[in-house]
Amino acid sequence: MEEIVVGRLADIPDGDYRIFAVDELEVGIFRTGSKVLAYENVCPHAGGPVCQGKIFNKVEEVITPDKKSAGLRFGKARHIVCPWHGYEYDLLTGCHPGDPSLRLMPVKVAVRDGQIYVSVPE
Amino acid sequence: MLTKTPRNGKNGKRSLRISELPKISTATDTREILAHAAKEARRDNYFIVDVDAHVTETAFWPDVIDRMDSDVYKQMARAFKERGPAPGLLNTTPGLLFQDVFGRIPHQQRLGETVPGGRTHRQVTLVQRAMDSLGIDYMVVFPTPMLVLGMHPQAEVEVVIGNAFNKWLTEDVLPQEPRMKAMLYLPFNHPEACVKAVEAYADNPSVIGFSVTSTRFRAVHHDSYMPLYSAIQATGKPLAFHSGFHWGDQSMQQCNRFISMHSISFVYYNIIHLTNWIINGLPERFPKLRVIWIESGLAWLPFLMQRLDSEYMMRSSEAPLLKRRPSEYIRDMYFSSQPLERSNLELTEATFKAIKAETQLLFASDWPHWDFDLPNSITTLPFLDEEAKRNILGFNAARLFNLEIPEHKTLKAKPKKAPAVREPVTA
Ligand code: FES
Repeated sequence: MEEIVVGRLADIPDGDYRIFAVDELEVGIFRTGSKVLAYENVCPHAGGPVCQGKIFNKVEEVITPDKKSAGLRFGKARHIVCPWHGYEYDLLTGCHPGDPSLRLMPVKVAVRDGQIYVSVPE
Repeated sequence: MLTKTPRNGKNGKRSLRISELPKISTATDTREILAHAAKEARRDNYFIVDVDAHVTETAFWPDVIDRMDSDVYKQMARAFKERGPAPGLLNTTPGLLFQDVFGRIPHQQRLGETVPGGRTHRQVTLVQRAMDSLGIDYMVVFPTPMLVLGMHPQAEVEVVIGNAFNKWLTEDVLPQEPRMKAMLYLPFNHPEACVKAVEAYADNPSVIGFSVTSTRFRAVHHDSYMPLYSAIQATGKPLAFHSGFHWGDQSMQQCNRFISMHSISFVYYNIIHLTNWIINGLPERFPKLRVIWIESGLAWLPFLMQRLDSEYMMRSSEAPLLKRRPSEYIRDMYFSSQPLERSNLELTEATFKAIKAETQLLFASDWPHWDFDLPNSITTLPFLDEEAKRNILGFNAARLFNLEIPEHKTLKAKPKKAPAVREPVTA
């Protein structure tokens, strides 16, 4: 693998993300606090540009102790939503909420001296 | 489009081209949204007929209204403008249009991209961008909000709007792009107006068939429709039933979420119409009329085939026109592939066998709707051989609609071979 600089961490505000193409490899870089995560921009559903979608917090349904629905709310987990058909993936795990076997392909990423390095195949 | 961010060839290492890709919004160019599909299309080079894609007629509603025959209805439709941008006289319920999953799927919300001005119709440019990205050779277009027009309480309004839409499509849009085709809208709540529409467009080369939007409460076997079916059969062009959803339907009002209603409603109308079509012996009455069932997926078919067969064997006296089992008539019909259920490939394979997919199935994308399918919905199916894939993607439709196949995409030309880019699609 070869490390390539794609940009500066300071150019991605906390909670935001950017998408880069390094030759044939397309990578989404997501910043959450001091953490930086990277995934291939290929949706495991049908190959859509998943990282170019929008981020939504996970929708949860609140159930009361007597098993009634108390309505919907946004939870803390953040999902990237593929813009082609709406498959959602947890940003931290890369997994679909209903089928964890369906997951985004992680890309090795590192931050040094404020620069974001992505590992690409030699 | 891409923003260049060159940081190449540092420290004597190989030179890599780095660029930034945009977040996708309602303003993103179709070619950018479908860039990944375009890569596959360049690699595969199949002959593809997309038998079900959509125009957004309400984006051009003033032009459609201009084509209305009656000055009174024109005035009525235009009067809505003063209340806001509502598409006058249509019966869609904008507050219930939840297809885009509340902003998660931008291309379903709106294709708001810029197109060059000039003589090419905006709708044509949008379709051309999608066709070129998806590698499609012919695209058959249907309307969008008008899919529920069959539920309009005024049959005469369906006629006025349906006829105006047909004129707009065949006069303003289709002549600009010979790869775009239409199965003309039939105002089915008014059988006589349908016959007039068939007569008016029978010889139009862009009109390759006729369609009924299935979302309606009409018995397709009613005697008033027999002149219509005779007229369509005489043209040699097929008849399609294009399904849709309707949350206003009382049965569907039991569903509290769009997902539930949409999953059932899109299949429900075609289940009813196909059942009536067969049990009343319409395939025997119109043996040369070829019928296509559109946008209900395929999983309903093995269910209905088995169910009708088992009841027919006990109650054949109620379907006296039949000379074969219901499933055998179904096997002679045509079906569009989208939305193709494939979460269990064993079931998908069994379904393909049951409906003789190799000769009867027609690829459809449904672009630009939220549950659209790509050609890879067919090309990645592990149980299909190359010939079956090519039939389903395009050759079955070419035979059915009598479409010309470009020389370089005939059966002799093999698609370019390339390694698979990922596992087969699973859902
Ligand atoms: S390709 Fe991503 S949701 Fe379908």
